[in-house]
Amino acid sequence: MTVRVQCEDFDVGVEIAQLRVGNSKIGAVASFVGIVRDINEGTTVGSITLEHYPGMTEKSLAAIAEQARARWSLSGVLIVHRIGTLEPTDQIVLVVTTSSHRGDAFSACQFVMDYLKTDAPFWKKEVTAKGERWVDARDSDSNAKERWK
Amino acid sequence: MKLRMLYFASLRERVGVSEEMLDVPGSIVSVAQLRRWLAERGTGWAEAFAERTVRAAVDQTMVNDDHALIDGAEVAFFPPVTGG
Repeated sequence: MTVRVQCEDFDVGVEIAQLRVGNSKIGAVASFVGIVRDINEGTTVGSITLEHYPGMTEKSLAAIAEQARARWSLSGVLIVHRIGTLEPTDQIVLVVTTSSHRGDAFSACQFVMDYLKTDAPFWKKEVTAKGERWVDARDSDSNAKERWK
Repeated sequence: MKLRMLYFASLRERVGVSEEMLDVPGSIVSVAQLRRWLAERGTGWAEAFAERTVRAAVDQTMVNDDHALIDGAEVAFFPPVTGG
């Protein structure tokens, strides 16, 4: 299980290869990559800046990965989240889960993202033509988490 | 009781402080009481803590309003999270 918070971009291929190395029992790899969009709530977004709570962020991501491991049969879980200033089309988050079979890998990957959205202390601020604005949390994210209960 | 306080995102901007050490009266024993006490520090504080959605974490774990505070705790207040 690996959790990283970083400014730098990530290479999905390299990350998956590292998670698989030396483990011939892995039969499935599921991954999710979140990308910065150029439009949010109908307004064009120039860039976003991500703030986080150092210490708690890593702790909460590790706890989410641990919950996924307790719930499904997984070989590995990787969570990489970027911070700092990002632009549209930039990668922002990566979740990779590996397992013997696809069902566990798929479900765990979705579970990790749903929990990350409501539990991990990150905040996005957007820069638009009208100035800066903090992104509001969405009810749909809370609902997405509820389905796992 | 001494507390290490942290404020994040829009709430940090409203109160104008990101981090501070606070010595709070002994009568304040829960997160809810701390919220009310902080809201009385001035206009920005009252506005920031009037938001019902403000979340709290104690020692880096999200907690509810009835959570008990202990001396030396790290307490953070912030808006709902928007990562991913």
